[in-house]
Amino acid sequence: MSMSEAPGSPQQARAPSGGSAVHQMTRVGVGSGRTLRDIALARSGDKGNRATLSVIALNPADYPTLERLLTAERVQAHFAGVVHGTVQRHTLPHLGAVHFVMFDALGGGVTRSLALDAHGKTLSAAVLDLPL
Amino acid sequence: MTPYRIGSGAGYAGDRIDPALDLAERGELDALVFECLAERTIALAQLRRASDPQAGYDPMLQARMRAVLPACVRNGVTVITNMGAANPMAAGQAVLDVARELGLSRLRVAVVTGDDVLPWMLANDAPLMDSPDTVRSLDGRLISANAYLGADALLPALQADVNVIITGRVADPSLFVAPLMAHFGWAADDWHRLGQGLLVGHLLECAAQVSGGYLADPGHVDVPDLHRVGFPLAEVSADGSAVVTKLPGTGGRVDRLSCTAQLLYEVEDPAHYLQADVVGDFSQVRFSELAPDRVQAQGASGHARPEQLKATLGYRDGFIGEGQISYAGPGARARGELALSILRQRLDDATLSHGLRGLEHRAELIGVNAMHGPQLGADREPYEVRVRLAVRCATRAQAEALGQEVEALYLNGPAGGGGVTQSVREVIAAASALVPRSAVHARCDILEWTP
Repeated sequence: MSMSEAPGSPQQARAPSGGSAVHQMTRVGVGSGRTLRDIALARSGDKGNRATLSVIALNPADYPTLERLLTAERVQAHFAGVVHGTVQRHTLPHLGAVHFVMFDALGGGVTRSLALDAHGKTLSAAVLDLPL
Repeated sequence: MTPYRIGSGAGYAGDRIDPALDLAERGELDALVFECLAERTIALAQLRRASDPQAGYDPMLQARMRAVLPACVRNGVTVITNMGAANPMAAGQAVLDVARELGLSRLRVAVVTGDDVLPWMLANDAPLMDSPDTVRSLDGRLISANAYLGADALLPALQADVNVIITGRVADPSLFVAPLMAHFGWAADDWHRLGQGLLVGHLLECAAQVSGGYLADPGHVDVPDLHRVGFPLAEVSADGSAVVTKLPGTGGRVDRLSCTAQLLYEVEDPAHYLQADVVGDFSQVRFSELAPDRVQAQGASGHARPEQLKATLGYRDGFIGEGQISYAGPGARARGELALSILRQRLDDATLSHGLRGLEHRAELIGVNAMHGPQLGADREPYEVRVRLAVRCATRAQAEALGQEVEALYLNGPAGGGGVTQSVREVIAAASALVPRSAVHARCDILEWTP
């Protein structure tokens, strides 16, 4: 078909490279064992066409796990098909937090996006699905 | 010196009023700030002003002022708000009308203007941020251009002994930084204290988002009594360090988690947070839990403020037409996918698409992949799904036709579809550009009501 498909449309289910590996990873987290949700909370926000994503350890003692697990590459792979640009990471060990800026993540920006969640507010919950 | 007590009365235009009233009555505040302007709000307000010269300010201004002014005047609380939107002067007059209605004995209102930089933008064809284009590319579609004024624009108002300060576009945290500068006499180049003031403003500007709102995840992160969550206040010391708290007896929670989540919210590089008053450095911020719902925030700093101010430009960007229909029970997902496939085939067909062919769109199933696409959890089988088709259209007629396509699935689509909704909205998009400080002329007018 001639139309450009928006990110997240069913047509793209088999498209992006590396997608299947991420898919497997996610499924492991769903079925068994602990996920990031057990040790952290997350909040996302918007800045133009960029999404910010903070992940904060519920117990500061778990911060090293966040820093080890949540590399920029891992987060970028998790959001393949949603985030189309690069991911930058900032670490704040004294706050027990890792913080990400995800480029080209909001369908052109809140004010013109076709997405139901134009702000990308719900992206925060998706990252909590990662297995520990 | 006793701490300066500053509260947050709204984190967005539609926020609850009762927690603000509670702060006005019981907060022993010096100032209560209402931050009510989102990115494109001024453009929408400018359209209202174009059809009615007395309109263009926040439609909830009178309701908020009616609720809080008696307590604020009685308790000596200065109200600071950007609810002036595209028409701060008319908003100031409206507040005087509320004072008369309420029978207040006296009310002084400062109106801060000068954020409107549309003429400068048109004359100078500034480059757009995050885009290869310039302002001229928006020719004929541009509605508004407003610079984010800094705290300096509010200082004359704060020195004029007023009850209410009404502004248009001002950088959100500057609404909080300004009264701190005025009260403590911080210099405009005291980057360290301004960085700390910026931290206070940033923590408070989204209201309940720092006091337990937008945090709860039952069983993981529990937050008590969100139905009456308390809005936050800060007790700020002369060195800029602050205690963030909320009123006793209110719902919510203020702790390391709530404060850290808000600290990083919509910040990109925590060490370089660009704002009108200062480039903030939040990288060394620390939170100490002094007592339940009392958190000390310190360690922020800053560097010299940016040479130019950021401005938001609102422009017309076509229409979005949208239609939705639900399927439930066994096979709901398969029927939803069939519905999407039917819609796609029609939109892709030269004779059946009625001019909708080739338009940018999203076709998705709410409950499956509407939030995060096909890869995150879309393999889980839902009991019910909702088909959603959204299309970017050049005209209103196209957008309406799209909704009708979805509605036609009732009689022409899969079995058991229900609950169709359709909508058309004009898109007012936002772009950003920089403007030199020398081209922005803030101004303060004082209005007064006396019987």
